[in-house]
Amino acid sequence: MIKAILIFNNHGKPRLIRFYQYFAEDMQQQIIRETFHLVSKRDDNVCNFLEGGSLIGGSDYKLIYRHYATLYFVFCVDSSESELGILDLIQVNLLQFVFVETLDKCFENVCELDLIFHMDKVHYILQEVVMGGMVLETNMNEIVAQVELQNRMEKSEGGLSAAPARAVSAVKNMNLPEIPRNINIGDINIKVPSLSPF
Amino acid sequence: MALKIVKGSIDRMFDKNLQDLVRGIRNHKEDEAKYISTCIDEIKQELKQDNIAVKANAVCKLTYLQMLGYDVSWAAFNIVEVMSSSKFTYKRIGYLAASQCFHEGTDVIMLTTNQIRKDLSSPNQYDTGVALTGLSCFVTPDLARDLANDIMTLMSHTKPYIRKKAVLIMYKVFLKYPESLRPAFPRLKEKLEDPDPGVQSAAVNVICELARRNPKNYLSLAPLFFKLMTSSTNNWVLIKIIKLFGALTPLEPRLGKKLIEPLTNLIHSTSAMSLLYECVNTVIAVLISLSSGMPNHSASIQLCVQKLRILIEDSDQNLKYLGLLAMSKILKTHPKSVQSHKDLILQCLDDKDESIRLRALDLLYGMVSKKNLMEIVKKLMLHVDKAEGTTYRDELLTKIIDICSQSNFQYITNFEWYISILVELTRLEGTRHGHLIASQMLDVAIRVKAIRGFAVAQMATLLDNAHLLTGNTQRNGICEVLYAAAWICGEFSEHLEDPMQTLEAMLRPKVATLPGHIQAVYVQNAAKLFATVLRKHDGETESQAAQETSQLLIDRLPLFVQSANLEVQERASCILQLVKYIQKLQQKNVEVAEEVTALFAGELNPVAPKAQKKVPIPEGLDLDAWINEPPSGSESEDEKPKAVFAKEEPKHSRSRHTEVDEKELARRREVRKQEQASNPFYIKASPSSQKVYDAPGVEHIPVVQIDLSVPLKVPGMPMSDQYLKLEEERRQKEKAERKKKEKKKKREKRGKERKADSGPESEEDITPAHQVDIVTEEMPENALPSDDDDKDPNDPHKALDIDLDKPLADSDKLPVRTHRPEVLKSPAEDRDGESVPQETKKKSGKEKKKDKEKDRKRSKEEKKKKKKPKEVEEELLESQPEEAVQSEETKEAAAPPTSTSAEASDLDFWLSSAPVPPAAQEVTAPSSSAAAVDTSSAAAPESEPDEPKDTEPEDTKSSKHKKKKQKKEKEEKEKKKKKRHHHHHQHHGDAGGEDSVQNGTVEEEEPLPPMSNYSLLAENSYIKMVYDIQGNHQDESKVVVSVIFENKSDSFLKAMEFNVLDSLNSKLQRPEGAGAHDSLTVPFQLPPGVSNEARFVFSVQSIVMPQKLKGTLTFIVKSDESSTHEKLDFKLHFTCTSYLITTPCYSDAYAKLLESGDLKGSSLRLEGINMPFHHLLARICFHHHFSVVERIDSCASMYSRSIQGHHVCLLVKTSDQTVSIDAKCDEPSLLGNVLDEIKQTFSKC
Repeated sequence: MIKAILIFNNHGKPRLIRFYQYFAEDMQQQIIRETFHLVSKRDDNVCNFLEGGSLIGGSDYKLIYRHYATLYFVFCVDSSESELGILDLIQVNLLQFVFVETLDKCFENVCELDLIFHMDKVHYILQEVVMGGMVLETNMNEIVAQVELQNRMEKSEGGLSAAPARAVSAVKNMNLPEIPRNINIGDINIKVPSLSPF
Repeated sequence: MALKIVKGSIDRMFDKNLQDLVRGIRNHKEDEAKYISTCIDEIKQELKQDNIAVKANAVCKLTYLQMLGYDVSWAAFNIVEVMSSSKFTYKRIGYLAASQCFHEGTDVIMLTTNQIRKDLSSPNQYDTGVALTGLSCFVTPDLARDLANDIMTLMSHTKPYIRKKAVLIMYKVFLKYPESLRPAFPRLKEKLEDPDPGVQSAAVNVICELARRNPKNYLSLAPLFFKLMTSSTNNWVLIKIIKLFGALTPLEPRLGKKLIEPLTNLIHSTSAMSLLYECVNTVIAVLISLSSGMPNHSASIQLCVQKLRILIEDSDQNLKYLGLLAMSKILKTHPKSVQSHKDLILQCLDDKDESIRLRALDLLYGMVSKKNLMEIVKKLMLHVDKAEGTTYRDELLTKIIDICSQSNFQYITNFEWYISILVELTRLEGTRHGHLIASQMLDVAIRVKAIRGFAVAQMATLLDNAHLLTGNTQRNGICEVLYAAAWICGEFSEHLEDPMQTLEAMLRPKVATLPGHIQAVYVQNAAKLFATVLRKHDGETESQAAQETSQLLIDRLPLFVQSANLEVQERASCILQLVKYIQKLQQKNVEVAEEVTALFAGELNPVAPKAQKKVPIPEGLDLDAWINEPPSGSESEDEKPKAVFAKEEPKHSRSRHTEVDEKELARRREVRKQEQASNPFYIKASPSSQKVYDAPGVEHIPVVQIDLSVPLKVPGMPMSDQYLKLEEERRQKEKAERKKKEKKKKREKRGKERKADSGPESEEDITPAHQVDIVTEEMPENALPSDDDDKDPNDPHKALDIDLDKPLADSDKLPVRTHRPEVLKSPAEDRDGESVPQETKKKSGKEKKKDKEKDRKRSKEEKKKKKKPKEVEEELLESQPEEAVQSEETKEAAAPPTSTSAEASDLDFWLSSAPVPPAAQEVTAPSSSAAAVDTSSAAAPESEPDEPKDTEPEDTKSSKHKKKKQKKEKEEKEKKKKKRHHHHHQHHGDAGGEDSVQNGTVEEEEPLPPMSNYSLLAENSYIKMVYDIQGNHQDESKVVVSVIFENKSDSFLKAMEFNVLDSLNSKLQRPEGAGAHDSLTVPFQLPPGVSNEARFVFSVQSIVMPQKLKGTLTFIVKSDESSTHEKLDFKLHFTCTSYLITTPCYSDAYAKLLESGDLKGSSLRLEGINMPFHHLLARICFHHHFSVVERIDSCASMYSRSIQGHHVCLLVKTSDQTVSIDAKCDEPSLLGNVLDEIKQTFSKC
């Protein structure tokens, strides 16, 4: 069983959290902090397994993580999961599939910003990979196909009623990569909505 | 300013979406909390609007805020609203939010039941999928109970996407609602063979999770998993299965033997490290489970260790880590094979990665021996010095202690060395493990008598330097060591050289800063030291020293009398008064030394920590019974004891204050005393000490002994004076030497000691002290064997410990809502619509008949109900959701039952009929396997006369050797007779049981002999093939031929190609694109002596006639020198039996079937059958795929069904060695052939 999947960046900011066992919000944050603390002090060239995150489980549990550019992908699993299997799950080692790879395909070269702005989409992808703490599908093509079908459905549902909203959000997103960098000072970010043709 | 206003209005016009929120948060790094709180206010506004799109957007943002740690449970109801939107887009948002923040305590969850049910049955597969995904995260016991049935229906959904999700979520449902496990299990099992790999993988996943916690209930699935393992190519599934086998093998060693070969094959062939690693792990588990019986698995162990070494040597840290992890498993049972890799493991201790160092430390535990202990510990001590992190250092410390103290200090040859190590460890700053060191010191000092002198000297030094330890803060756990030091110095003060000095050290004012419990020990032991000093100066009249000591105590103790700690205060004031009194006596020149010493005389023995728990309850002692009747309300009730207690303890009510009671008490006391006398765990007073207490009258106080954790001395224990003197002399010398060394660096000293064995400065004067007799811990007489139940009583998996092989009972149904039309799917159901409504109730055979009529009526009613229009159902659904659930109405919920014994014996057949010689021999001695075959074929003729011996009824769980022998004999028979099917039948004298048994359940009768359906296909000097044909459940025109290839030679067999000359009727299924005459490559290679199974699918058109297909196997034999191409012809015999599938059938359905009149009859008589009836039935069931419908005395009805849906019914009767079989089938020629085959089976007996 997978007990939790955490994605956070090099500063410990959560980008996606998915607990398969209930923890209250403050406990979740504490777990993230603790996990980040454990993981971040490790060199990149040491092994990817960590024992005894005391908050999240007993001796049966392990943290399996991968550091991927600016992001940490951490899985907390018990002994029924294969360590290498989970690593494969996080990133392709062999013929199997990956979570990261899947993100890559869906977002075309995933970077941290994608995760930041599309947390919901990442969740939907993750739901096709892991369900209720158990691995649902390991075939990357199948995962991508299902995700795309659902997205297509969402689009077709949008129809006319959603068109204006989409247009607004399209405009808002127009200069997405630059916006956070350029517009840091106070009110200038108003520019963006006021530029809209409405 | 103006801009701000503009911005605000625009924002309201276009609600922020998730991206805007994120962007906003990123732009408000300084006042994030404030910004978010305004956002939450906005969200609250949005949630109040009616527009579902706005609501969904708000919920989506909440999901993001939840991730940042904000509690969003206040919006739970809005989340439910969004979940119930008809649009997938919004529904998805709602379910995502719910899965992130709902939990069992969320009260709105109960509102969702109907919504989720609606989504589950939605025509849109993604609605269903989203609902399943969400539910998997927040399922509660209530939801599980109410929806279990709906989810179970989804397990047979047409879309694999839904099927796999439904299968997976069942695990969560089982956890929350364990009653659902039994009814759902048959279908879950079915999904293991689902055509879709995703669904299959999900089912494997769920069963593995279940089996991991309660493995014994899933043993019967082993054959199925074995097949999956040999056929699956999905590494993920393989890993799961292999892990599962790892959990199963400890329960069934025979399984392990069967597994070793395919696993070793995989180890040799796989390129996936994850798979390789899991194989090695499971092989290790197998070896552990076999370790008792089979000593000759060294080759497998070698293979594992060798592979692990490769992993450990790999540059990939992950592999290194896992290698060490697996190594530690081998260590437990085969320490020798690991010890040879000591170099590698020590090397890992220097690794920069802490995880790896910790793993290596674990391994060290098993690597030590008397020889290398000191060396290893020295290395660890160096690490202790270097370690930066306290956690790692603490880990090192515990490991050092673990390693040294393991199995009763087995590896320690020099305890002085060990004590000095412990003392050295006390130098560690900030360790949490002071108590651990302390308990080791105590343990060694108490149990190793010879070391006490040395230990006391060391402890005295420690006490003297105590300011070093307490210099740091009190929080420093290391001060615990002083607890041990003080106690040792006090208890064994006779070994002290200068007790006066130690006494002084113990009464320093600084001691008052120590924790209370340590001070208490100080005070108590100061008194002990005082006694020693007095005794030392005993005889000297007007001893100055003795009086000085008294004065010292009187001066210093008041400090402790003022202590805030009660224990310290109490002891100090007690002792202070005592000393004052003694001082008075001293001034009068009264000899007091002996009496004071007597206060602390006697010796304590170590008692095993579990001793108390292990005291067996004496016969007749009822701990729950009242000793005295509880105070009763009124006088009258006293005379008439309450009925509740009257039965149990009638005596007590009367025997309270009488004379008789006094006598009885005395007698009991006597008995108890005797019992105690013979009870070694009881801390006895020595005879002399008994006297001290033996004031007349006091003896009658019932509690004579007090077991105190604080050392309380019993006076009068004789001390060995001679030993003491010897010790003293030796100690004198030794101490002088030691004092010199003390000045030097500790480490040097240890180095010297290590060389002491050969060195000129050998400490031969100490060596006698090293002839240590270690006092073992005391245990009570007839202590119970370890029966500790380590299972957590709160483990949710405990509730899932359910016997899955038992047939389903009435109570095992899932709650079903009324009036839900559900098409019954009877196993006996005909495809052309002649449906036989089936009652899922299972009753014992006797009751069954009575109930038949009733059942039939009820099923008619059911049919009617099902015809009710759907609209009505929908209405009802909405109006009365809750109570409807409780309805008694039955449904297909309970799947076809499986029969216990049939399955259990299936497992036995499977385990015992391994068509290959035991793995041990093959793996260990591959080269000799050819020879082994020779001898076995030579022995073949002998196997015949042996047979009767075998056939005697014997327990199926008899010794492994017997099993093995049977197996061999069977193979030999196979070879010899060269017949297909049903070889090797046994004769049994007595008749079967009397009881009416249903569906093959033959409990408590003679165990069945092992049987196998595998028969010889062909063999030559290289290879042997045996095969079995089985119908495919999923496809009516396909049969699966399982062929086991066994390499008999000592060469490597590879490039095996299997080909069959197709006939018009039967064709080998070839992959797409392959020609009609192409051969199939066997998907594995065979190392010498190894066997493996491959499966081939054939399509058949007509199944009414048996058929033979010619085929050829080609392969390359590769030995060291050469490789040759070989070929072996064979004939595959498709019997009609192989088209039959074991299908359970209920007696009422069966009766209907016979009544229908569509079936043609035929019959058969067999003479001279003298086997028990249930064996006969079992044979028919096993070899011909029938199931018993009903059995009454020596008459049974049986049923089977062909892959194309023909019903075959048998009525088997037996009397006096004659068996008559009346058979009916809708296809006469099929029936004729099946009967011929049955006849053939029994003619071979």
